[in-house]
Amino acid sequence: MDILSLFIVFPLLTVLVLLGAKSLKQARLIALAGTIVQVGMSVNLLFAYLRERSVNDEIMLFTRDLVWFKDFNIHYSIGVDGISVALLILTSLVVLAGVFISWKMEELPREFFISLIVLSTGVYGFFISLDLFLMFVFFEIAVIPMFLLIGIWGSGPREYAAMKLTLMLMGASAILLVGILGIYFNSGADGGPLTFNILEIAKVQIPVEAQKLFFPLTFIGFAVIGALFPFHTWSPDGHASAPTAVSMLHAGVLMKLGGYGVFRVAMYLMPEGTLHWSWFFIVLAAFGVIYGAFAAIRQTDLKYINAYSSVSHLGLVLFALLMLNKTAWNGAIIQSLSHGFMTALFFALIGMIYERTHTRDVTRLGGLLKVIPFISATYVIGGLASLGLPGFSGFVAEMNIFVGAFQHPEISYRIASIFAVSAIVVTAVYILRVVGMMLMGPLKENSLTPMERATWYEKAGIFLMLLPIIGIGVAPLWLSEMILQSIQPFIQGVL
Amino acid sequence: MNYSLIILIPLIPLAVFLVLGLLNRKIGPAVSGLIGVSGILLSTVLSFYTAYQYFGVVGKVSGAYPTLVESVVWMNFTDTLRIDMGVLIDPISVMMLIVVSTVSLMVHIYSRGYMKGDEGYTRFFSFLSLFTFSMFGLVLATNLFQIYIFWELVGVSSYLLIGYYYTKESAVAAAKKAFIVTRFADLGFLIGILLIGYYTGTYDFGALNDPGGAILSNWAPASFMGLSVLTWGLILIFIGGAGKSAMFPLHIWLPDAMEGPTPVSALIHAATMVVAGVFLVARLFPMYFFVEDGFALQIVAFVGAFSALFAAVIALTQTDIKRVLAYSTMSQLGYMMLALGVSGYEGSEGLGYMSSMFHLFTHAMFKALLFLCAGSVIHAVHSNELKDMGQLRKYMPVTHISFLIAALAIAGIPPFAGFWSKDEILVAVFEHNTFLYGIGILVAGLTAIYIFRIYFGIFWGKNKAYEHSPHESPSSMTFPLVVLAVLSATVGFIPFSSFISPDRTGFEGHIDIPMAIVAVAVALLGLGVAWILYKKESEMVSRLTDRLGVLYTWAHQKFYVDELYLFVTKNILFKGIAAGAAWFDRNIVDGTMNLIGNSTVVLSRKIKGMQSGRVQDYAMAFVSGTVLLAILFIYLWTS
Repeated sequence: MDILSLFIVFPLLTVLVLLGAKSLKQARLIALAGTIVQVGMSVNLLFAYLRERSVNDEIMLFTRDLVWFKDFNIHYSIGVDGISVALLILTSLVVLAGVFISWKMEELPREFFISLIVLSTGVYGFFISLDLFLMFVFFEIAVIPMFLLIGIWGSGPREYAAMKLTLMLMGASAILLVGILGIYFNSGADGGPLTFNILEIAKVQIPVEAQKLFFPLTFIGFAVIGALFPFHTWSPDGHASAPTAVSMLHAGVLMKLGGYGVFRVAMYLMPEGTLHWSWFFIVLAAFGVIYGAFAAIRQTDLKYINAYSSVSHLGLVLFALLMLNKTAWNGAIIQSLSHGFMTALFFALIGMIYERTHTRDVTRLGGLLKVIPFISATYVIGGLASLGLPGFSGFVAEMNIFVGAFQHPEISYRIASIFAVSAIVVTAVYILRVVGMMLMGPLKENSLTPMERATWYEKAGIFLMLLPIIGIGVAPLWLSEMILQSIQPFIQGVL
Repeated sequence: MNYSLIILIPLIPLAVFLVLGLLNRKIGPAVSGLIGVSGILLSTVLSFYTAYQYFGVVGKVSGAYPTLVESVVWMNFTDTLRIDMGVLIDPISVMMLIVVSTVSLMVHIYSRGYMKGDEGYTRFFSFLSLFTFSMFGLVLATNLFQIYIFWELVGVSSYLLIGYYYTKESAVAAAKKAFIVTRFADLGFLIGILLIGYYTGTYDFGALNDPGGAILSNWAPASFMGLSVLTWGLILIFIGGAGKSAMFPLHIWLPDAMEGPTPVSALIHAATMVVAGVFLVARLFPMYFFVEDGFALQIVAFVGAFSALFAAVIALTQTDIKRVLAYSTMSQLGYMMLALGVSGYEGSEGLGYMSSMFHLFTHAMFKALLFLCAGSVIHAVHSNELKDMGQLRKYMPVTHISFLIAALAIAGIPPFAGFWSKDEILVAVFEHNTFLYGIGILVAGLTAIYIFRIYFGIFWGKNKAYEHSPHESPSSMTFPLVVLAVLSATVGFIPFSSFISPDRTGFEGHIDIPMAIVAVAVALLGLGVAWILYKKESEMVSRLTDRLGVLYTWAHQKFYVDELYLFVTKNILFKGIAAGAAWFDRNIVDGTMNLIGNSTVVLSRKIKGMQSGRVQDYAMAFVSGTVLLAILFIYLWTS
């Protein structure tokens, strides 16, 4: 078994074992063991990658290629570069944290953990795929369990939310499929056979007219899950109804598929299309950055605040990708990681607060720092990270994005950048508003009853998210060098 | 120079912060106080050692004090742009090390008494250490991005300390306001950095500030609206500096920041963090001076002068002693900006720059002292309001004498520290622009009035019956007062000009006798006015305020700047844009999505009706379809 296929096979094995679980205790232990091994695998992959990278300068490492469906030239083709390795680590950590946070999942625990792990399999598969068709299949595998997870374990208007989320993402998939097929049918432009293989297609010059047509389809198909304005509205409702671990995984990992897909497929394979359309999507992304931040100011439900905050932060990812230089791209990737950890942390904390106070309405909470100091202090730290304070990952990401955006020679791009940069103020407003209302200030009705302090499994989940945020923020050099190195071939491809 | 020792100066407070922060609940107040004080004591010793090494051992190299840099790469942006982390040793950074460490040490010692019995004692000391670390990092920064990073970190330490009493709603609001207003200013700073980085290809102070280098000899790589882009960059950076240093109109957070514990106000909001803006302009002084013949520097001068006057007028009317001191700080910072703004570059033409740094130094001492005295008073009478004070000289002799020395220093009475630095500022301004000099001398008079107004109000004034007779503070609090009082009386004699000048060569300083006489006369006049009005309780004050009418009301209401901000943020940003965005999202954007979804459902219901399951319906459809096709076919065939 090669080191990458393990990421698909091992979770599936965990699922098989989980089928035999009889109780919550058994189910969560199996899930915990399985996800700890996943983290081990991804860390091991990191070291293996760094070792291999020092002697091998192929674009993708650990590649493997098996014919899957010969007539259409579909392959089981996998491989990774620094970007996918980083995202795999993110995924494994968030899944593990999600298991910790769901420690007390009383309702159908076995089925819950199975869905969670199936979802993560889809994500792993997506990040290692080099074949468009395979990638698309994994994309669907990641999206479908979401419907069940929200529909069964959710709260509030969960059927509505689950339906809305799934339908919008499925609609996007349909558009994406058209885009992918468009790429496929033009992949023989140089006279070679039609192929789904990303690396092969990258060598082919897809006709410019086809690029102009299929780029926006592929871009939007991916960007919907990346919460591009105005296709983001599945996110607030979906998150508000989803159980904690699902929100964590969804916002922390699944939404990253969007930016990754845009980068790896839409932009890499259709550089002319990218140049042609970039201004249009830059306007949408930059607008989304500010718009999401302003919309977050007026929300009172913690999950809505975090959902709109995601619209703003992920808008920055797409914005940076479209700036077409390696500094901004580096920023986009780091922002994906950073947002993944931060938003997962936030959803975890929101879940903990909700469990104790039975409300997510910030206007009804106050002075939580006095009652649950650990959880509240972590929320403050997470908030500071989210508003881009130096020393945390968000700062590293944002500065790369802003400096990169400013390298664009066109003045109009720099004006768009200034627009996006100003989000740092609006972000501070909505973060400090929540901190001031909910954590500081006099105690309110909901905070008066004595509450359980953070438990060990909650702390474990918190630290899993917090340590990478601080680690990237304090010493960003190795990560950013690893990503920059992997960006190099793409920069040559696109420009 | 021994860099491994210098790097310890910031790292020790960082370690203290981490230890106290992580062990917050496990260690008692005695231990955390001890760790905090001994940490900063070590940093102070190292700072003085560094100063000795730099000025004494290294000394001048070919006529000028050298700029010594040691750094490592922290992150690469592009092939040329990167963030370094390191230390930059030159006269002003060494001076700042002395200022920050000395005041921080005094405040740490003082806080052990002041914060005694507070439940957040350990948290307080850990935040104080976080601040000290960040401030050291800021003054030692080797490049624009490093200074920005630590700039944000001092901002957040300030936020945490203003909101220290976090269950108090006013403290929470003040902390939030301070952070957001300065963040807004930092937006300018950041865009300025991005602009300058893009056009010069470096963030490094050495390259940016080199008067003979490529950047300053070709300062207009591009222009925008008639000004060089570098001038725009410098103006934007100055906006950041103006936010931190509470220059008009970004000053509104500073008076509110007085919600924090008084030692915090002394350290952060009087002596160190608020001078960061002044330090920033000084750090980039060659750029400000040479780019476009100092256009941006002119703005600095006028903003500084206006803020100095504006704040001094408001300070006259406030009744909360900490707020008076806050406006006083703003006013003195205005002086420093003004002095920088009128400075020349070479040799003794750099008098403005030198006097600005000198004033920064002396101000740190006497303003920290004023705040610590105020804290001592507040500790004794449990109120910030002047009306709750009076005749305190009888109860608190040490605090009284210390306050008096500080008041004489800030008023500019010789031989106290403020006289020397303020006199140099006025000389520098006079040589440059007599209008600005007029403002400067007016502010000098007002300063004497407002400071002696509260001095007389606290320590003389009305006979007040106290419920509990006030008493002098414990020695942990009076010791720092005495030390700072001695410093406030003596540091004016340091020959600053031989150490600090823009071109780092130093020059021979001297006192301009006629100028000094005028300044002292004005200060004494102000003191006299305060004596007459406030030494004893008198009717004159209320008659005067009545006579001034609207003028007084406006000054008392701080010229309604806060109300203006409130209007813009509440009504335009919150109710307008933010609420608009939220509504738009729920109704228009999401509405459209729901509409698509619902219309699909409606459509499907319509279509669903056709599948009735009755054979007659299908037969009907089949027949009519066939007929239709037949007609169509015949029609096409014949035509």
